[in-house]
Amino acid sequence: MRVTGRGSSGRAAGTRLLLLPAIIAAAFAGAARADDVQGKLGYCKDCHGVAAQGYRGYFPIPRLAGQQSEYLENQLRAFIEHRRTNNIMFNVAHTLKPSMVAALAADFQALNPPPIGGAPKERVAEGRRIFQDGVPDANIAACAACHGPDATGRGEIPRLAGQLYPYLIKELVNWGHERGQNPSRPDTSAIMSPVAHSLNKSQIEAVAAYVSYLK
Amino acid sequence: MNCTWKTAVLVLFGSAVAMAVQAETLAVRNCTWCHGTGAQGYSPAPGLAGQRSEYIFNQLRAFNLHQRDNPFSKQYMWAAVAHLSPQSAHDLALYFAALPPHPANDGDRESAAIGQTIYQQGMPDDNIVACVVCHGPNAEGTGPIPRLGGLSYVYLKRRLEQWGQGYHLAAGPPMPDIAGRLSPGQVQALASYLSFINGR
Repeated sequence: MRVTGRGSSGRAAGTRLLLLPAIIAAAFAGAARADDVQGKLGYCKDCHGVAAQGYRGYFPIPRLAGQQSEYLENQLRAFIEHRRTNNIMFNVAHTLKPSMVAALAADFQALNPPPIGGAPKERVAEGRRIFQDGVPDANIAACAACHGPDATGRGEIPRLAGQLYPYLIKELVNWGHERGQNPSRPDTSAIMSPVAHSLNKSQIEAVAAYVSYLK
Repeated sequence: MNCTWKTAVLVLFGSAVAMAVQAETLAVRNCTWCHGTGAQGYSPAPGLAGQRSEYIFNQLRAFNLHQRDNPFSKQYMWAAVAHLSPQSAHDLALYFAALPPHPANDGDRESAAIGQTIYQQGMPDDNIVACVVCHGPNAEGTGPIPRLGGLSYVYLKRRLEQWGQGYHLAAGPPMPDIAGRLSPGQVQALASYLSFINGR
């Protein structure tokens, strides 16, 4: 999987390439065409599921349904700006106009399919305690404080309710290697860093199991 | 507790092997007439060696329920599995999944590079997703998602064409939509690339 222009010598060329979509987008500013939006929605749903409920492919593909639109827009920018490293999503995101991003994010936030499930149910009670009360002895704040008591998120803070169990584990385990990767562009992922770092694997699995069943 | 768990795993693994060995009987020989002695495939029958067991089992069930509906499936496989019990289907799936696959290497080498780009990166401007996300970096598949790497060009090309022709619809989204929008050249490129992939 190669992304061209990523080496240090190719940075200037890469920056010019990154500016190109922005220039084109500025030229066509305004609402995205409805059939273009439908085509792009179908493209997103080919991987994220017909109701954006998420899908277990070779890699876990996250649920987008009900997600905060501000969070979705920020993540799509994060892929483009290499704050969040993911070659597949970089390829997807850098072709999207801002008006298209806004239209997609609004559509996904409005969807509400049931969670796909599959997490170990015996871990849910422990996960609920960690989510609602935190782990005071380990200086871990209650997840509910930021993500809300129903884990629906707010603004740039993501909804976790109904998210895929293997995806949640992957993100929490790899937080420091996947998020906030561009030192020149610090972002809100830094807030989550100490928490993700302090949670052990077992606590991560418990919390992931709990929120994955929330509707 | 730990010891009991290990014993349980050993017993389960042992019984899976025993079932797989047991399966190497008349049923296996009936499959290998067409799929080849090492189950590496023989046109038009696809390779089964190293295929995901869950995928093989699901296909056997789909033949049995007359859901996998392309012409060769109707002609050969519907009758072949008509009297196969779910237990035998399960045993056969485990048996073939455990065999080492060898790549068919029968695609067009020049168009394989284009196929690699489509497979690994998709075509965002044409709303074609990257195959790698579901089928894996070596096209090895996972769970019910099939291995594609090393299957024959002839089989892969026909299979990709059939999605767009309205066959295999029982498999559900997203493959009919994705494959149905590939051009003949893109199908040829993908099938070529996949036929050369070597690896478990």
